[in-house]
Amino acid sequence: MRPSLLKSAAIVVAATLALPTVALANEELLKMEGDPNQWVTQLGNYSGTRYSGLDQINSENVGDLQVAWSFSTGVLRGHEGGPLVIGDVMYIHTPFPNIVYALDLNEPGKVIWKYEPRQDPDVIPVMCCDTVNRGVAYGNGMIFLNQADTTLVALDAKTGEVKWTAVNGDPTKGETATMSPLVVKDKVIVGNSGAEFGVRGHMTAYDINTGEMAWRAYSTGPDEELLVNPQETTHLGEPIGEDSSLKTWEGDQWKIGGGTTWGWITYDPELDLIYYGTGNPSTWNPSQRPGDNRWSMTLFARDPDDGMAKWVYQMTPHDEWDYDGVNESLLVDDLEVNGEMHNVLVHFDRNGFAYTMDRETGELLVAEKYDPAVNWATEVDMETGRPQVVAEYSTDEQGEDTNVQGICPAALGTKDQQPSTYSPKTGLFYVPTNHVCMDYEPYRVAYTAGQPYVGATLSMYPAPGGDHLGNFIAWDAAKGEIVWSNPEPFSVWSGALATAGDIVFYGTLEGYLKAVDAKTGEELYSFRTPSGIIGNVNTYTHDGKQYIAVLSGVGGWAGIGLAAGLTESTAGLGAVGAYQSLSNYTQLGGTLTVFALPE
Amino acid sequence: MMRTYLLGRALWLCLFAAAGFVCFDAAPATAQEEEKPYSITDGKVDWYTYSGYRRYHGECHVCHGPDGLGSSFGPSLVNSLKTLSYDEYLEVVVNGRQNVSQASHRAMPAFGMNPNVMCFVDDIYAYLKARSDGALGRGRPEHGPKPDEARERDNACLGF
Repeated sequence: MRPSLLKSAAIVVAATLALPTVALANEELLKMEGDPNQWVTQLGNYSGTRYSGLDQINSENVGDLQVAWSFSTGVLRGHEGGPLVIGDVMYIHTPFPNIVYALDLNEPGKVIWKYEPRQDPDVIPVMCCDTVNRGVAYGNGMIFLNQADTTLVALDAKTGEVKWTAVNGDPTKGETATMSPLVVKDKVIVGNSGAEFGVRGHMTAYDINTGEMAWRAYSTGPDEELLVNPQETTHLGEPIGEDSSLKTWEGDQWKIGGGTTWGWITYDPELDLIYYGTGNPSTWNPSQRPGDNRWSMTLFARDPDDGMAKWVYQMTPHDEWDYDGVNESLLVDDLEVNGEMHNVLVHFDRNGFAYTMDRETGELLVAEKYDPAVNWATEVDMETGRPQVVAEYSTDEQGEDTNVQGICPAALGTKDQQPSTYSPKTGLFYVPTNHVCMDYEPYRVAYTAGQPYVGATLSMYPAPGGDHLGNFIAWDAAKGEIVWSNPEPFSVWSGALATAGDIVFYGTLEGYLKAVDAKTGEELYSFRTPSGIIGNVNTYTHDGKQYIAVLSGVGGWAGIGLAAGLTESTAGLGAVGAYQSLSNYTQLGGTLTVFALPE
Repeated sequence: MMRTYLLGRALWLCLFAAAGFVCFDAAPATAQEEEKPYSITDGKVDWYTYSGYRRYHGECHVCHGPDGLGSSFGPSLVNSLKTLSYDEYLEVVVNGRQNVSQASHRAMPAFGMNPNVMCFVDDIYAYLKARSDGALGRGRPEHGPKPDEARERDNACLGF
């Protein structure tokens, strides 16, 4: 009697406690991300550190790693993003047509359910750089998929049944989706893609239970559409003032001005702020858009409840090189910079500078090159935050129809979206990078809705003096220094994973999954998966045993040149010139590979 | 050069007429058997062929690969133009094409309303034909200066 009464009471108490937080999915996610046996968000946790406390697989035994099981996704094009693991179920996704599989870990590879949306194939050719998708999100018993055609769909995590859908954009105008949503409190937050089609970027929040739009914050335009307070929203400590965006564009160009939001979002539950970056201004021809083009190429700190911006920081005013600012911001506490402790945000930008900022105030603490090849700017002025642009490499100054040569990094940046990782054990950041330079020739283009709006042709090639296109580096974000750097034949286009086993994992474009020593960078393990890896590595346990999982399936920007074959020519076109010989190493095919230590 | 310019005008006539389908009639198919759409002198291509190189690599290469060689998901136009006539080329550019099935997720958009493609559709053809004929290698071609008439043509067609 008594025990039963107590039990009932406990249930009532639990229910009461649970009630006010039912809508707050982040409490559930916060609890789950603290459990290293699962992998509940694409970046491993809200801080975006992609760090796991698991250490069964460690620097001593990782050399013995073996393939435990594998699974073909049935789709050929580029596989970005990675698996989630919630309890006994693994969720994986594919590029267009954006299939989602729920796989049973009790019977590895068995499909519990499969969801395949019906999408108009017209969306395929309006995706600039392959039909990639960076993965699903979990929250409140649902799986959220941001489809290529911008439909955000909520699926029952147990059955795959559609709970609701929301349409976030119009693919006939070139608006598409590739990024992975983030669940924060009672909202699902999603960005858009399509700056190469003159799309106007925005971040949008939907109600997690109904799919109703809660707020939308544009990257460009009038203050009320930016969701800023001219007096309270700051840029490096100063209020941004009225019409901060409109003043920096000529005419109506901001309406087709890009600044899409196709990268990663991170979240600080203490400060209650989300962090993300905006992409390139549109077009790629800078002469057609005089001004700073705010707030393209900008880090935003926003309130997830109403979207209001607390602070902004524009890394590349008036972009002339396509250095999108969308890369992830890793959130790390108590980093000592110049003798003072800060809760920081660390952001490895496409423009080749790594930024360490105080994430509460938006103060710029460190901005240093994380590839010595970077030459388009000498440094970042720490007062104004502006990069000091070298005239020789200014495609605006050199003008339309001029082929500006030898710019480093290339348009794909010193690093693209492939997320980095941070180990609290070493205090180091581990970053997959590109070591590629370019020629850039801008020219005049006209805008037509739903059609490419690019305005430049590019050639890419290895950085001077090098015969390799990538590096995997360890970075000290307090000092702004490279600690070690491993050259790779091709760009490292895979998201990295650091673990308590003192090892760091990443994939390569040839298809190798590698493990290196977190302190020294020494390679401890490598295995060749069926295709090039542009997906992100994760780890989890099942029945007490640790596994490593990764999607392979080459493609994305790196895959554009894949079929072209080997040539000594460096001239060409965006990513392709640099990746011509990749087809000698790998071919298409989406596969999940899961690794474990032998029994 | 002259022929390139003429074809451009003929095309626009057909576009304004009916979004593409009448292009077969509007384009003077007989002309192209008589004359190459490109010229190469002392290793330098004419401006229009160079313009085709630039526009190809602005609008087309993200699917059809560098130098017209194809990508992981788009066919090689260096091969296609060995068999595709000018008229067929124009038809596909204007109207697009789809091949979507369980095994294939290929689709080409209709560029008929895109001035960045259609204003230069003959330039792009000249470039690809030079590649397809083996007259032009990979990479950025050496080229002659931009003639005033090309500047005027570009601005008039793009509406600047």
